Amino acid sequence: MIGRQRHCIALEDFSRDELELVLDLAVSMKEVLRRPIKKVPSLRGKSVVNLFFEASTRTRSSFEIAAKILSADALNWTSASSSVSKGETLIDTARNLEAMRPDVLVIRHSASGAPRLVADHVGCAVVSAGDGAHEHPSQGLLDCFTVRERLGTLEGKTLAIVGDVSHSRVARSDLHGFTKLGARVRMCGPPTMMPAGLAQLGCTVHTDLREAVEGADAVVMLRIQHERIGDPLIPNTREYSRLWGLNSKKAAEWLKPGALVLHPGPINRGVELSPEVADGPFSVILDQVQNGVAVRMAILYLLAGGDPAEARA
Amino acid sequence: MADVTIIEGGRVIDPASGTDGVRTVVLKDGLVAEVSERVERPSGATVVDARGRWVTPGFIDLHVHLREPGQEYKETVASGARAAVAGGFTSVVCMPNTKPVNDTLAVTELILARAAAAGLARVYPCGCISKGSAGEELAEYGELKAGGCVALSDDGKPVSSPALMRRALEYARAFGLPLTVHEEDLSLVGKGVMHEGAASTRLGLKGIPGQAEDVMVLRDIALVELTGGRLHISHLSSAGAVRAVREAKRRGLPVTAEVTPHHLALTDEDVAASGYSTDFKMSPPLRSAADVAACREALADGTIDCIATDHAPHSAVEKAVEFDAAMNGITGLETAFAVCLGLVRGGALTERRLVEALTASPARAFGLPGGTLARGAPADVAVLDPAAVWTFDAAATFSKSANSPWRGTQLTGRCTHTFVGGRLVHQVGGETR
Repeated sequence: MIGRQRHCIALEDFSRDELELVLDLAVSMKEVLRRPIKKVPSLRGKSVVNLFFEASTRTRSSFEIAAKILSADALNWTSASSSVSKGETLIDTARNLEAMRPDVLVIRHSASGAPRLVADHVGCAVVSAGDGAHEHPSQGLLDCFTVRERLGTLEGKTLAIVGDVSHSRVARSDLHGFTKLGARVRMCGPPTMMPAGLAQLGCTVHTDLREAVEGADAVVMLRIQHERIGDPLIPNTREYSRLWGLNSKKAAEWLKPGALVLHPGPINRGVELSPEVADGPFSVILDQVQNGVAVRMAILYLLAGGDPAEARA
Repeated sequence: MADVTIIEGGRVIDPASGTDGVRTVVLKDGLVAEVSERVERPSGATVVDARGRWVTPGFIDLHVHLREPGQEYKETVASGARAAVAGGFTSVVCMPNTKPVNDTLAVTELILARAAAAGLARVYPCGCISKGSAGEELAEYGELKAGGCVALSDDGKPVSSPALMRRALEYARAFGLPLTVHEEDLSLVGKGVMHEGAASTRLGLKGIPGQAEDVMVLRDIALVELTGGRLHISHLSSAGAVRAVREAKRRGLPVTAEVTPHHLALTDEDVAASGYSTDFKMSPPLRSAADVAACREALADGTIDCIATDHAPHSAVEKAVEFDAAMNGITGLETAFAVCLGLVRGGALTERRLVEALTASPARAFGLPGGTLARGAPADVAVLDPAAVWTFDAAATFSKSANSPWRGTQLTGRCTHTFVGGRLVHQVGGETR
């Protein structure tokens, strides 16, 4: 359990205390991750199934490593080789996997709400590894962790999220996580990539990049998904890069000293971020990747029945 | 002796004849024989004690999906007609998007034969606007009308071509058939699955703006002006469409409109609150609170003529899936009265207007018999208990499907008796002797 949460599906459902429970535990988990021998018996005898209906290398690997460090058995299952291609429904697939008695199902799916549908039909814990354009809670938690680790707190901080917010599950989880932890959030991008009613979710909405990032304590640059360029959302990546991409000149002139630049990856170098910024002093992108393992260890530990007090001891 | 039924002691609400008060209704030989304060009770008559209840003309639903032929696992003409009479509906117009679609006499005749065999609600088929509902060629309206079709629609599919819509409105004039149209610009709909707004953004579901409906309504009103054809807007849901219909009526154009109980009672925020329940997925989608307010106001003032359920049964297999993948539509025949009565209790509608929107107004829009308890009218009657508290139970529904946002919900208001042509076709509780 994560507080009242039996599952980890959406940060919208989390209270501040529940978010902090995961982040605090992730500090201990990161310490484990940095040991020469990265293996603890915390989840020995437990099993985690990674159920991926969408291609993903880094998130799936991150969950797999997190499970293995905790000594859980991890099974990776992808839809390409599955009975979904034979017409089986999502609920049937989930029930069949559940019959093999896993402790945690980690699910990624292209349809928003799919992890919740699964959670309603299985008895084990469900973790969303990203559903459609809804949420990517472990990414949101690792972004919160990374900012908190560098800045000490999110309370009173200003964070900007830039890019295709309409299609971004990361943007939604970040928004819920950041605001619940006390930060102010500015969303920025072309108007065609800003979904309806966004401001009602508790952020300000901007189309001017400078206005959004100036004075921000951290900036999350979202990945531009090339597959979306076919939609008439932007003319081309060239114009997008000029107006909403961050290069070293803009970073030097507009970002305040000590500001952080985050990116959920994989980066389109030269589009949302120039290589100098991606690899430069503002960037905490590789921290995010490492913190992702620690946060996912914390999530799996809590949902598979671990005692947070014991883990911190 | 003649087949006589007497419905005693109920509050007769018949907007068409201007009646509202405690009366006794006499049904004889399939017709309404008398409505008056004092009636001699002939011996041998069947007597229904309707004290504390409403007695209204049988409801008329201009928009249901009966799924037969082709998808009998969801609904048949018989099961749909059974659900209809359970909800107080004595006449239903069934949409043509069956498999095959109703674009030929053979399909029309099959539906009518099934309806006659069921012997429950009166079933009026709606024929296709275009052959195969493909939106390319006109269907044979003359044949469809001769077979018994009362309106034309490619429901489920908007008529995207303005040129075809023009010709359809023109050609249908020759047969006096209204076109009842699903108004959506498909390019604006895109891959949308719910109303576009803060709720869709929070859920990460693709949105459909209300303007997808508005632009088509405005286009078709312009084509009515060009052609003089009769246009009926199916399941109107957006504030913009309300404004367009209001303006069209002000100008005297032959435009009518219907709204569903769910578009009057629920908003897009209910989709969010349901946690992606596919029982809240329909087309058009549940709209914003402002749209709902506009629809309620328009129904109350007559801009929207009538209430239609858009009863759209689907099997559990088609709904127990991801929201994106689920079929559109919910059932509605058995819950419509209770849901709409909630609007009366909330002050959005008067009792009289509610009954009118379910009876006289739809009859007038499509030129159907019934919709009144005037002497000599068909003896189609609903006896309604506005205080009955009941739970809409999926296991007890008369439809073959139970895809409803009100599944398992306690409702207030229920039809207790339904008569079609003077024959009792549905009864729950109540006393008949």
